[in-house]
Amino acid sequence: MKFSEQWLRDWVSPALATQALADQITMAGLEVDAVEPVAAAFEGVVVAEVVEKRQHPDADKLSVCRVDDGSGETPQVVCGAPNVAVGQRVPFARVGAVLPGDFKIRKAKLRGVESRGMICSASELGLEEETSPGIMELPATAPLGEGFRDWLGLDDHAIEVDLTPNRGDCLSVKGLAREVGVLNRLPVEGPALAPVAATHDETFPVRVEDPSRCPRYIGRLIKGVDVAAETPLWMVERLRRGGIRAIDPVVDVTNYVMLELGQPLHAFDRANLQGAVIVRLAREGERLVLLDGQEVRLDAATLVIADERGPLAIAGVMGGEHSGVSAETRDIFLESAFFTPLAVAGQARTYGLHTDASHRFERGVDFELTRQATERATALLLEIVGGEPGPLVEVASREQLPSERRVPLRAARLEQALGKALPTEEVVEILERLGMVVEGRADGWSALAPSWRFDIAIEEDLIEEVARIHGYNRLPVRRPAARLALRPDREARTPLARLRRQMVARGYQEAVTYSFVSPELQQALLPEAVSPALANPISSDLSVMRASLFPGLVRALEYNLNRQQTRVRLFETGLVFRGELDDLSQVPMLGALVCGTREPEGWAGSQEEVDFFDLKGDLESLLAMGGEAAAWRFEPAEHPALHPGQCARILHRGEEAGWIGTLHPAVRAELGLRVDAVLFEVRLDALTQGQVPAFTPLSRFPEVRRDLAFLVDEDLPVQALLDTIRGRAGEWLVESHLFDVYRGKGVPEGRKSVALGLTWQHPSRTLNDEEINELVDAIVGESRQHLGAELRG
Amino acid sequence: MDHLPTLVTEARQAIQAADTIPALDELRVRYLGKKGEITALLKGLGKLPPAERPSAGERINQAKQELAGELEARKAQLEKAALEARLAEERLDVTLPGRGQPSGGLHPVTRTLERIEGLFTRIGYDVAVGPEIEDDYHNFEALNIPAHHPARGMADTFYFDATRLLRTHTSPVQVRTMKASEPPIRIVCPGRVYRSDSDLTHTPMFHQVEGLLVDEDVSFADLKGTIEDFLHAFFEREDLSVRFRPSYFPFTEPSAEVDIQCVMCNGDGCRVCGHSGWLEVMGCGMVHPEVFHHSGIDSERYKGFAFGMGAERLAMLRYGVNDLRLFFDNDLRFLRQFD
Repeated sequence: MKFSEQWLRDWVSPALATQALADQITMAGLEVDAVEPVAAAFEGVVVAEVVEKRQHPDADKLSVCRVDDGSGETPQVVCGAPNVAVGQRVPFARVGAVLPGDFKIRKAKLRGVESRGMICSASELGLEEETSPGIMELPATAPLGEGFRDWLGLDDHAIEVDLTPNRGDCLSVKGLAREVGVLNRLPVEGPALAPVAATHDETFPVRVEDPSRCPRYIGRLIKGVDVAAETPLWMVERLRRGGIRAIDPVVDVTNYVMLELGQPLHAFDRANLQGAVIVRLAREGERLVLLDGQEVRLDAATLVIADERGPLAIAGVMGGEHSGVSAETRDIFLESAFFTPLAVAGQARTYGLHTDASHRFERGVDFELTRQATERATALLLEIVGGEPGPLVEVASREQLPSERRVPLRAARLEQALGKALPTEEVVEILERLGMVVEGRADGWSALAPSWRFDIAIEEDLIEEVARIHGYNRLPVRRPAARLALRPDREARTPLARLRRQMVARGYQEAVTYSFVSPELQQALLPEAVSPALANPISSDLSVMRASLFPGLVRALEYNLNRQQTRVRLFETGLVFRGELDDLSQVPMLGALVCGTREPEGWAGSQEEVDFFDLKGDLESLLAMGGEAAAWRFEPAEHPALHPGQCARILHRGEEAGWIGTLHPAVRAELGLRVDAVLFEVRLDALTQGQVPAFTPLSRFPEVRRDLAFLVDEDLPVQALLDTIRGRAGEWLVESHLFDVYRGKGVPEGRKSVALGLTWQHPSRTLNDEEINELVDAIVGESRQHLGAELRG
Repeated sequence: MDHLPTLVTEARQAIQAADTIPALDELRVRYLGKKGEITALLKGLGKLPPAERPSAGERINQAKQELAGELEARKAQLEKAALEARLAEERLDVTLPGRGQPSGGLHPVTRTLERIEGLFTRIGYDVAVGPEIEDDYHNFEALNIPAHHPARGMADTFYFDATRLLRTHTSPVQVRTMKASEPPIRIVCPGRVYRSDSDLTHTPMFHQVEGLLVDEDVSFADLKGTIEDFLHAFFEREDLSVRFRPSYFPFTEPSAEVDIQCVMCNGDGCRVCGHSGWLEVMGCGMVHPEVFHHSGIDSERYKGFAFGMGAERLAMLRYGVNDLRLFFDNDLRFLRQFD
């Protein structure tokens, strides 16, 4: 809602400067977004009359004029505007004037003719954005010699208030004035509104078929209007300062009254109405061409204004093109109605519209305003376009109008809510100032909400109003008290924050990528993924929910590679979305990606590229945090995004928990990536599971270590060998680790040598050689038998 | 015996000339060893007349001790020189950077969220999270935003179909928590939220932290105290001015926007605060009875307050980031600034 400060001050004028007034409104909950001067700075411009006009001797498009600027002199000015004419009153910039943009007016010669001043156009005075084709013509009543700024009241501000949806009552100068009056304890007075006497008794029939959606409809026929009349400048200016462009005098008046009182109005051309004005629901599929030229197909939930032929307007949203006022209009039918918020809510949006009228009706228009607004508009129309008003036709269903709302307010509840007791007088005074009728009750008060306050229905609404007017910043400040209850804490759970920090310690930067990704990218990485797609994405690039963290990480890699960042280590945590909407899992995951050199370029490190095992090592450091590394397994498997020979399914307690692998070279090529990257993602619920440490007594007896090297087939996963060995090594094996994998000289083609260190220790005695030899023999035998492994000499 | 002085002089010179430990050892053997020349003199004492023996013995022993001392001293000297040489050789340029994997860093949004969570969990709030694909009921209806409410607006909600959507705030987590537990409830809900808005100052995804406290006897004064404490703690500025401006959210009443004195210009007015000296940083209010009703909490017995803030906005103010979109570009040069 944008309005002229001067206009507001005509209704109520507190002794506050503009900014203080704006601050006061803001602090009352009507947030002022902008305070702007309504005209750029200029000075030295007065109202003058063109008293003489001659053709310029040397220029076809220029004329030489004399103007009477009220000073007693008649300076000669050269003017280029095509519309300048003798007898016109015009804004005249005298020599010495300064126009917007610090443009100084000096004595000048134009094509050899002296010019002392300038006749101005609206755009030259900063009153119009577009360049005006001609000078600004002022009404004959404009007082000669008077400062143009003063005369038009241009030392004014347009104040823009960003109103919350509950305050539809402030969508007018009247409503804002009411609020300012409350805040400053000042009376509010608008223009006198007297009923206009009808000069004929002709009416047009109105039939309301749906009184629950339109409890009140008022119409009036005004005959013989002159639509060619001009809207007075003061009205054009007030509209302009309210952000509305003048169109024609009839529309301007309806807009003016809407800005002034808050009641949207509509004017139909009587000649285009047939039979009766009918307020009804549209029939499915009916068509209507709206004022903006758009043709819409109506649905059966839309309330329309129709005549006997069909729909004329979407009620409370927008009129139709056909029935609107045009240059040929002689008789108008003026509509002022109360459509309920629910009747209009959502309608404008259904048709992709948002209008000043729908904005107001959705929020609630004062239903006691319908008649006043008709009278006000009639009076203004008669002043401007003339015509003969007929009597008002009102169709109202009292019982359908919003019911009287008497809302209780308990004193104890108010005190408890605010943390402070307010004196009864103050509470009553605040509510009464807001237009409520207050009654005392044993436990407090009850207040009757005024017809313009659609937002007052329950006790909390009143509490808020009292708090707001009293001032939030005058309310006490206290710290909540609570019982100090300890809450359970599962030690076996590794908090996400620790996992993140581990990744950070391992040299990763955390990324946050969008949860929606490009379908092409997701398809390239996960051709079988099913995830929900947005109905209204912001762009096709961000239109499907990610089924994996891979697309986002790959996109972030690409972004960095394009910025000369070749060593990339990123991780991300967040939900991935899997399945159709009806069978959806939203799974928290942790994923990571590495590419580039193992260590940053430096004087000491090698410049080797990272590989699968670098990332796997980092992942294992996460898996170890739960203290249950043995719960995790990696098994060779295939994943569409990953290199088939460098890819593992990650299992947690036997269940799939994620994937790790090198980006598939074909996928890489498809994405246009120049470098290798290794990625993993694991379910967070598995990562955060673990166990509480359990102590094992330390043995005082010596360890026995044996190193064994086996020759096995190249294809045999080392994991299988380790499992076999551990299965046969007996209960005193305390450690087993792999210390060498060798291929080449001394190892037959197709085989590899795998060397392990095994350590045994008994808790309560020294192990002897025979025992160990037996175990080693069992290990070697089992490995030979099941895995074809041979012990190397 | 007569050549003792000569022998000593000669030995001394040899000791001084020796420049390695082995050479010194050789000299020790040569003069003081079992078959050494000085030892030989001692052995020859018997051949002297008895009267001369004591004085000669004394002289020889003196010479022996002298030479032993010289040998020790020279040895120490050589060892010291050797150590020094070694130390000189092993000298490192300690200004060279260290070896290995440098650590990475948390995303500034995570850093901010963790900081906010930390401030609240330390005084007894729990962290609660919830789904991001939500239904109409939890995102709107239960929060007192019925269909067609002006506060809704297709314009900024991402939909999948008529009833499923990406949550536009983390408030559904509050509803879910209230339904699943009994007061007293004290939670903060951090997480991703989505609005279909994308320009210089909006990204289609951002992060929110909302807080909720439900208990008997909770008032607007408690809300004010909590918010003021939080903002002072978050910005580490005890003198930071905070003001509460009436506003409207369907799920709270009374509702307020919270402004702080601009942290960039200290309230003098700058570009960041639009020359007003104030920055809007949070929304808050007392839980609306309708929300309690949907969540199965008796609004006569319990009261509650809720608040919400944008993590990116707070991160921008805290760290001076001037472009919201940087948070989601994942540019390493940006991310590394928060290591």
